[in-house]
Amino acid sequence: MTAVLDAPPAPPEPAPSRSFSVPAWVWVLPPVAFILVAVAYPLVGIVARTFTDKAERPAGFATWRDTLTDGAVLSALGTTVKVAALSTAGCLIAGTFLALVLAFVPFPGAAAVSRLIEVVVSFPSFLIPLALGVLLGPVGVAQSLGVPTGSFTTSLWGVVLAEIAFYTPFVVRPMLAAFSQFPTVQIDVASSLGAGPLRIIARVILPAALPALAAAGSLTFLLTLNEFGIVLFTGAKDVITVPMLIYTRSIVGQDFASAAVLATVQLLISIGAYVLYRLLMQKGMR
Amino acid sequence: MTAPKRNITAPKGLDDDAVDRTVRRQVAVGLQNVSVTYGDTVALRDCSFEVARGETVALLGPSGSGKSTALKAIAGFERVSSGTVTIDGRDVTHLSPAKRGIGIVVQSYALFPHMTVAKNVAFGLKSRGADRAEIAPRVAEVLDMVGMGAFADRLPRQLSGGQQQRVAIARALTTRPEVVLLDEPLSALDAGMRKDMLGELQRLRAELPDVAMVYVTHDQSEALALADRVAIMRDARLEAIDSTDALFHRPPTRFTATFLGGADVLPSGALRTSRPLPDGDHLLAVRPWAWRFTRTAPSNGLRVTVEQEQWRGSVRHVTARVAETGESIGIDVPVLVDAPLKAETLWAEVDPADVMVVPQ
Repeated sequence: MTAVLDAPPAPPEPAPSRSFSVPAWVWVLPPVAFILVAVAYPLVGIVARTFTDKAERPAGFATWRDTLTDGAVLSALGTTVKVAALSTAGCLIAGTFLALVLAFVPFPGAAAVSRLIEVVVSFPSFLIPLALGVLLGPVGVAQSLGVPTGSFTTSLWGVVLAEIAFYTPFVVRPMLAAFSQFPTVQIDVASSLGAGPLRIIARVILPAALPALAAAGSLTFLLTLNEFGIVLFTGAKDVITVPMLIYTRSIVGQDFASAAVLATVQLLISIGAYVLYRLLMQKGMR
Repeated sequence: MTAPKRNITAPKGLDDDAVDRTVRRQVAVGLQNVSVTYGDTVALRDCSFEVARGETVALLGPSGSGKSTALKAIAGFERVSSGTVTIDGRDVTHLSPAKRGIGIVVQSYALFPHMTVAKNVAFGLKSRGADRAEIAPRVAEVLDMVGMGAFADRLPRQLSGGQQQRVAIARALTTRPEVVLLDEPLSALDAGMRKDMLGELQRLRAELPDVAMVYVTHDQSEALALADRVAIMRDARLEAIDSTDALFHRPPTRFTATFLGGADVLPSGALRTSRPLPDGDHLLAVRPWAWRFTRTAPSNGLRVTVEQEQWRGSVRHVTARVAETGESIGIDVPVLVDAPLKAETLWAEVDPADVMVVPQ
């Protein structure tokens, strides 16, 4: 330690800067402009289209009334929610099981299995129903081996199975991330207290992973709700979902007004599912 | 609290087997030649010791010495490569932790964050299928025992570290285990809270006279305060095990002398000792508090030069170099006594009664 005997020389005055500061709101403008052009404008256009008739004449709420009282639409809404709910449940069960095994049951090749699951995400969704068709279709491998599969692949359950096969990795990844953060000492302690593996999973591990489970479930529900490629390529004539109906009415039937109503309803369901997820998460945090 | 007796001769009317069974019942935990290996790495080598009912044995050692591995082998968290683990006379080497009848308290508390204090404590009873009518009174009883009765409805995140550790202790005791394992239970607490919890553990120890406790720590003051016997661990093996008094005053190995009490080890002829000398080669060991500085030549001492000084609250710890041998020794000077100046050469004196003899 030394005492300071002389004051240090004063630092030189900074030269007056020529630069000027940009107001913060200026930086917000480009993304806002992009969202307005790329998202809001088309959305407004679609919603505006719902208040016209098939010939694009103003129709008030007539198209809404006609569409929402149409039996085919109500059936499609029910089928969409049913397929999405069943697929989500299947994905959650299969994805959680796979993640539990990968995270807590060390076995040779676990890393390779993990990578393989990731690869499925990179596939186009329509490959899955085509693959299922090869395996379980009317002239598929199972049939040739003498296992009767009937019209399974073109049934609602065939669509659900294809969606589970494609979307399960969307559950595995967040669950694996959650399980990797889980303190294994809690498993040790629970075990020492007399709990078996199932009780430890149900009472200790899964409650801790509930936020990840809710996030994965919500994401999968939203994705399966809007799934189009799998349903189309399955070729299930009796499985008409809202996206399929939008396609049929707009492209095949040229009824853009009705298709716009369906698209708006689909959007509202998706936003509703997201809001519900947020509310559940907030409640869980409390 | 006493260690299990050995070499018992059969009283009249009892055969040797009956005596053997009696002795085995007294032994709550037994490790016989237990080793734990991961590939080429040996985490625990040929470790054997016993813990009697009502006894507390502290596993004391530096990081990586194998003390936590030994505890995990008892708990069943580590797969034993060779050897046998017994609990209450049963061979539990290959039993799952759930079937061993142990309670465990860990450094990080490991409370289940989504459960209230009461549910955490009830977890063990529910897992073992206890009668519903039995659970609530037992939970209330153990929570009162650790002074947490008023916090039954709180979540772990609403508690302090010390309170969480009390809940963890209550949870371990709820199922009335024969053996309680404590893995550095106070390490995550601040100094004040650690002191309070040490007192709490001493009180609990007295309230559980039949429970065997194994206490893993790297803090010798915790080991000396709580344990009946201390097992010194070093390099994945058991270095020494004996009563706290015997280990502290008659360290059987050089490492024990230096690790337990921070003694400096000197050649056999460096000082006089009033303690009996062994037949074989030996060393001498002196703890820092046993030295006194003097400026006149003492009857039993060493010429030293002061190198550095650390203030440790109640003492100043002086590091000094022995002029004759060039070895470094530590000397604690009470804070109210003037410490010598740096680079000053003077004498360090020690009472021959405080010079310990360590077999070489």
